[in-house]
Amino acid sequence: MTATAESPAVGEVKAMQVTLRILRSKPEGSDEHAPGEQYWQEFQVEAHATDRVLDALHKIKWEQDGSLAFRRSCAHGVCGSDAMRINARNRLACKTLLKDLNPAKPIIVEPIKGLPVEKDLIVDMEPFFASYREIMPFLMTTGSAPTRERLQSPEERQRFDDTTKCIMCAACTTSCPVFWTDGQYFGPQAIVGAHRFIFDSRDEGQWDRLEILNDKAGVWKCRTAFNCTEACPRGIEVTKAISEVKHALTTGEI
Amino acid sequence: MTASSPEFVPGPKIKEPRIRSGRVRPGAEQWSWRFMRISGPILVVLILTHLFVNLMTGDGISQIDFAFVAGKWAAPLWQWWDFLMLALAMLHGGNGMRLLINDYAHRAWLKKLLHGALGVAVIGIIVLGSLVIWTFDPCPVDADLSLLPSFCEDVR
Repeated sequence: MTATAESPAVGEVKAMQVTLRILRSKPEGSDEHAPGEQYWQEFQVEAHATDRVLDALHKIKWEQDGSLAFRRSCAHGVCGSDAMRINARNRLACKTLLKDLNPAKPIIVEPIKGLPVEKDLIVDMEPFFASYREIMPFLMTTGSAPTRERLQSPEERQRFDDTTKCIMCAACTTSCPVFWTDGQYFGPQAIVGAHRFIFDSRDEGQWDRLEILNDKAGVWKCRTAFNCTEACPRGIEVTKAISEVKHALTTGEI
Repeated sequence: MTASSPEFVPGPKIKEPRIRSGRVRPGAEQWSWRFMRISGPILVVLILTHLFVNLMTGDGISQIDFAFVAGKWAAPLWQWWDFLMLALAMLHGGNGMRLLINDYAHRAWLKKLLHGALGVAVIGIIVLGSLVIWTFDPCPVDADLSLLPSFCEDVR
């Protein structure tokens, strides 16, 4: 291929204009908007196709409107801080490229649904964390602690490998239609968190967790909508994990 | 520094771990889930066969009249078939409705009212439908004979 060698533009990424429609709110209110009222605001930014939505949000915050509020920490898809609803799907802003979103149209950015909004794209995560605490996300054992590591085989580890990937971004829980309407539901993430310990061969608290998930607001509220599996930025098969918990409860086998 | 100083804010409380063994007893919600999983496939078979027998065999949709229904309900198989279909469809649909009410009715009185109305509707329809199926008279005495099934001529 000689064409690539002759072309001087190889590797050059063209800049383009992108419009972001952001659902905003301010707890203190402003002249035009009441405290806590949600309203749409559009921003134009110059960006590259390889930029992420987070880069565009940074440009807005740093160059246009410093009052725009959103969470982000590592900016590389590991910490799970910047889950938001982008073009009506829950995604991590730091893992979503602008070119994958049809930048010709305005890109719609909203806070994740089902949790109380505090400001702009920031929601109160406390109900989400409270559900996670309910299922006791820590190793539970009996007897005295061994003087060396608790060993397990690669097969035993493989059993719950998928659910160890969770970064607690809340993309799954806030994409769940049952969670939107019913604040009592644990939500997919808490069940994923429980799955990680229930199917761990070193843990002995599995029936305690299963009893909690057998409760009214537990796994039986799941209607296998598969929104959570689609939303998970880590590719965890969330609905499958919930079904495995249901299976353990109906058959009594883990 | 004591825990009772005014600045002290305790962190979120985590449940005390308590380890038990043995399986968990199935609760009401689990039975409801099992019922939906079992009744669903049975209903698919019952309803598709019902539709096939009524619409695809014989003269198709034009055969359905009083005589056709009366002829079907003369056989215990179809009486039981339709009764099972009625009961399972009402309970399956009613249970689904119950879950929807749980999701969307947040006020306690409204939830109670809707659950009550749903229960009355489900039981009422099952009772009325069963009465029709089991006390059905295929040959009413004062009816035109041409509208009745053929076996009524022998009864008269």
